[in-house]
Amino acid sequence: MMRPFELIEHTADIGVRAFGSSELEVFQNAAAGMFSLIADPELVECRDEFDVRAEADDREALLVEWLNELLYLHESQDLLLKRFEVKKLGETELEARVCGEPIDRGRHELMRDIKAATYHMLKLKESSKGWTTEVIFDV
Amino acid sequence: MSDMKREDMQQIGPLQKISPWCWEIPRRGDMRVPGRIFSDREFITRAGQENALEQVANVACLPGIEMASLAMPDIHWGYGFAIGGVAAFRMEDGIISPGGVGYDIACGVRLIRSNMLASEVEKAIPDLVHELSRNVPAGVGRHGDVRLGRRELDDLMTRGVPWLISQGYGWPDDVDAIEDGGVLAGANPELVSPRARDRGSAQSGTLGAGNHFLEVQRVEQVFDETAARAFGIFPGQLCIMVHTGSRGLGHQICTEYVKTMGSAAARAGINLPDRQLACAPINSPEGKDYYATMACAVNFAGGNRQVMTHLVRQSCEYIFKSSAENLGLDLVYDVAHNVAKFEEHETAAGRKILCVHRKGATRSFPAGHPDIPEKYRAVGQPVIVPGDMGTASYLLMGAEAAMTESFGSTCHGAGRVMGRRAAKRAIQGHELKARLEAQGITIRAGRTSTLAEEAPEAYKDIDKVVEVCHQAGLSKKVARLRPLGVVKG
Repeated sequence: MMRPFELIEHTADIGVRAFGSSELEVFQNAAAGMFSLIADPELVECRDEFDVRAEADDREALLVEWLNELLYLHESQDLLLKRFEVKKLGETELEARVCGEPIDRGRHELMRDIKAATYHMLKLKESSKGWTTEVIFDV
Repeated sequence: MSDMKREDMQQIGPLQKISPWCWEIPRRGDMRVPGRIFSDREFITRAGQENALEQVANVACLPGIEMASLAMPDIHWGYGFAIGGVAAFRMEDGIISPGGVGYDIACGVRLIRSNMLASEVEKAIPDLVHELSRNVPAGVGRHGDVRLGRRELDDLMTRGVPWLISQGYGWPDDVDAIEDGGVLAGANPELVSPRARDRGSAQSGTLGAGNHFLEVQRVEQVFDETAARAFGIFPGQLCIMVHTGSRGLGHQICTEYVKTMGSAAARAGINLPDRQLACAPINSPEGKDYYATMACAVNFAGGNRQVMTHLVRQSCEYIFKSSAENLGLDLVYDVAHNVAKFEEHETAAGRKILCVHRKGATRSFPAGHPDIPEKYRAVGQPVIVPGDMGTASYLLMGAEAAMTESFGSTCHGAGRVMGRRAAKRAIQGHELKARLEAQGITIRAGRTSTLAEEAPEAYKDIDKVVEVCHQAGLSKKVARLRPLGVVKG
């Protein structure tokens, strides 16, 4: 089975390379990769569900906006997220349902602050093996 | 990092050494001006290996850029703009770019001095570090005790440090030791989105994570006695350094404007070599709005360091059983090293107002400059350069060549050489903590697992970075400060 994502390195920052059989799956796996940088996903439970929407000029930008929406949700509501279900993926808009739980500092060790998902060297492409994306975060 | 693709990078030709401490990337392709890197042989080789030079060349392609796309010796590969980059744009045909400022808008450093010798209070330092770590909220996503309502947040974003002082956070004299008197004009809080407010309102007076820190330091060496005297610095002195920025507020503002300006650049017909260079003409509605919103984050960041100064003074009062006034806990200076500012500079067409972007670079105005506080005008602007937690930090002063060579700018820190994961693989957090403690440095860190990401080995040699700037005349060395205690997020 294909790995959902791997981490990639940049001198100052960290990125995620996510894989999937469809663009939709790549969007989901990129989100899982990003949250694996914040806390151990094994320790996060799906207690609450949240609806997320994002809009952008094109599909690549939509991927960055989706990740930035999730970071906003994480930071503004003090949540850790783990399951990412993209319900609808259009060219310029997206609807998703995600789940997670409030941060519990006794159980969750927060490893990093991610300031943002960037457009730097952003990639979203299809090959014979499926879809791949690369996103760099500012940490 | 070797496996990332870089096909969208500007191709560069061979570098030309144009002075003992400066290399030039000649104009080529879409570059409007050359690139120039202040460096020594070792750093320039490293920058070449990690493709940071292509990023300097990419910035040289942006409209209205004046003289050259510049980089300081602490250059390393960033997203879009290189870290350590300086670029100035003309008002009439230039751009302003949120990526040229960075996500952590107005991230900066302030130095608080004391009238104590570190040796006199040596035994109390671990207690002081412990007290600071209790008193100053630090760490990933940590919220502060200073919760601001909507109107108070607006006051902070428009009126900056002077407003905080009127609310009891600090001393009236503090504003004399902060760039722009602690408030950048032109801030419009109506442009700050509810989301940016959400991310920022709970974080005033918090340190945050990553490379941010609060350090108790000792002045280890004084290089320039006249300047040190003017800055109130003497050998052996106990000082405290604060390194933080605009936290979630700035991150959200940058996120939103990188998106908006991607579309604005396309409408203005600007061809971007990298989407992260998203920008808009300075005089366009998007350009003006970005500046007015960024100014809110600049004031918030300065306010953040002011609240922390207040907490530092309280902590010292508790530990040393004396008032902060008696302990002489005055501000030496406060600088922002991720910012865009309108400044007057000499150009080929005479003196002009330019929009100077510093992304990981510090303003470095020489003696006599009208924007330096009067008490320092005879020597030059204090420049504070934070190092990594095991080595040293520097206090410098602005110098003459900065005005002709670098739009009044110098370095901002050591600059990373090792990726965060590579550092984590190479160094164990608990071993690092033990090693630093063996050197007499007390560490209080929110997390040990990612502490290693900020290990000294992950950074360039700060002595060399500062030396290049000194030799190139961008800034002059005043004092070297050694850490005695570190609070990390």
